[in-house]
Amino acid sequence: MNGIAPAARRRMAVSEESVPALSRGAKLRFDETRSRWVLLVPERVLAPDDIAVEILQLCDGERSVSDIVDLLAEKYVAPRQEIGADVVAMLQDLADSGFLVERGGKP
Amino acid sequence: MSPTLTDATPIFEDENLDGVSILEGARPSTAAEYGIPLAVLLELTHRCPLQCPYCSNPVEMERAGNELTTEEWKRVLDELAEIGVLQVHFSGGEPTVRKDLVELVQHATNLDLYTNLITSAVLLTREKLEALADAGLSHIQISFQASEAGLADRIGGYRNGHSRKHEAARWARDLDLPLTVNAVLHRQNLEQLPQIIDMAVELDADRIEVANVQYYGWALKNRAALMPTIEQIDECTRVVEEARERLKGILEIDFVVPDYYAVRPKKCMGGWGRQFFNITPSGKVLPCHAAESITGLDFLSVRSNHSIAWIWHNSEAFNRYRGTGWMPEPCKSCAFKEVDYGGCRCQAFALAGDAGAADPACSLSPLHETIFKTAETEARDGTNRFIYRNFAGGTLEPERS
Repeated sequence: MNGIAPAARRRMAVSEESVPALSRGAKLRFDETRSRWVLLVPERVLAPDDIAVEILQLCDGERSVSDIVDLLAEKYVAPRQEIGADVVAMLQDLADSGFLVERGGKP
Repeated sequence: MSPTLTDATPIFEDENLDGVSILEGARPSTAAEYGIPLAVLLELTHRCPLQCPYCSNPVEMERAGNELTTEEWKRVLDELAEIGVLQVHFSGGEPTVRKDLVELVQHATNLDLYTNLITSAVLLTREKLEALADAGLSHIQISFQASEAGLADRIGGYRNGHSRKHEAARWARDLDLPLTVNAVLHRQNLEQLPQIIDMAVELDADRIEVANVQYYGWALKNRAALMPTIEQIDECTRVVEEARERLKGILEIDFVVPDYYAVRPKKCMGGWGRQFFNITPSGKVLPCHAAESITGLDFLSVRSNHSIAWIWHNSEAFNRYRGTGWMPEPCKSCAFKEVDYGGCRCQAFALAGDAGAADPACSLSPLHETIFKTAETEARDGTNRFIYRNFAGGTLEPERS
């Protein structure tokens, strides 16, 4: 195994302290032809909704999840706790699929 | 606010296309129904150091001299990006025999295309893979022929291939490239499926494609040596189901069942000319990588005077089996005609002699019983000797002691 952690262990547990970024296999871009944002991943094209796009754009490897939640709570004048739970859940799904990595947590 | 990500790629069920999957237009108009595919398979070459007896390339392979040049492939990539293709799969043959692969990946990356490499990996070096990663490669799929070297190298007809693949898979991991293990299964390696899945976990792969052989081209030539028994298929399904449960969150498993023992045919290619096209080494645009096995269809090339979009929308070959209007009975009045689109045209041609017939994998085909029996007989009595794929039309494996 040469000391490489299996995928399961490489995968991050998303918390408000996490500093997430898209992994090498996940690319967010605007699809001009179909006029919508897409997240390109191995063998799949995912179609994030507007709010998911906003969150993904904030996953820049510098902001923490907490920073992202703060920004969204302020922008949408919504309860922070609720937004926090939604954001963590969405990012955890992406992390479980290997599309999101912890920046700085990388060996 | 509840952010959602929906999968825009309806995956072809029961279909092995190295997972190429495409968005179907959300609008109901005809134009949108046959919208440009999201992903395209580019067969850069038919050259390959391996000689797998189930190769999906046609038996009549393109020689190096007919291959598109670097400039031609770049023009193809420009055109694909322009018309709305989002992902390209570099395949073959073995795509790494092309000296311009890094250049082509870089060109695709510059066009914002998502790039996938489908490779045997035996020609890769650490430096080469690093150069590909630096050029923006987003995903690599490495084929494995079995779980242990003896059998794997015999199937591939290439000495020490198995250990090279292991090495390449580790480099991919070091470089943080998402890794898929591709395993093509048949009678002679199905026993090793549990070990192949374990191997994928040990290699730290993200995904494995467990694909039973589909019988076209080389695989059809080798059908007697490859056809599994029905017991093997049952066991294989059980192993996959158990592994999916056990490896949830660790390894994603795509599974393609063989169709000779099926009751209903596969929705081949997601329907002819609906979700997929590939481009051959010499530039032909095909609705399916086996489509050239159907004689009498004229497949246009990117070297013709037509654009790729024109070929997709308007060429006779793409429109011949589109939709349901072309269907004879039993498909015509079948309740499932919009579910499976009559199954596979290449298989209908190969087994029924008519690409417009119902796929004999379907229980409603008059040939269904016959092919089921053929499968059973070949699985029981067929030779184990392979006919290795090569440019000479194939070489029979020597008798083993």
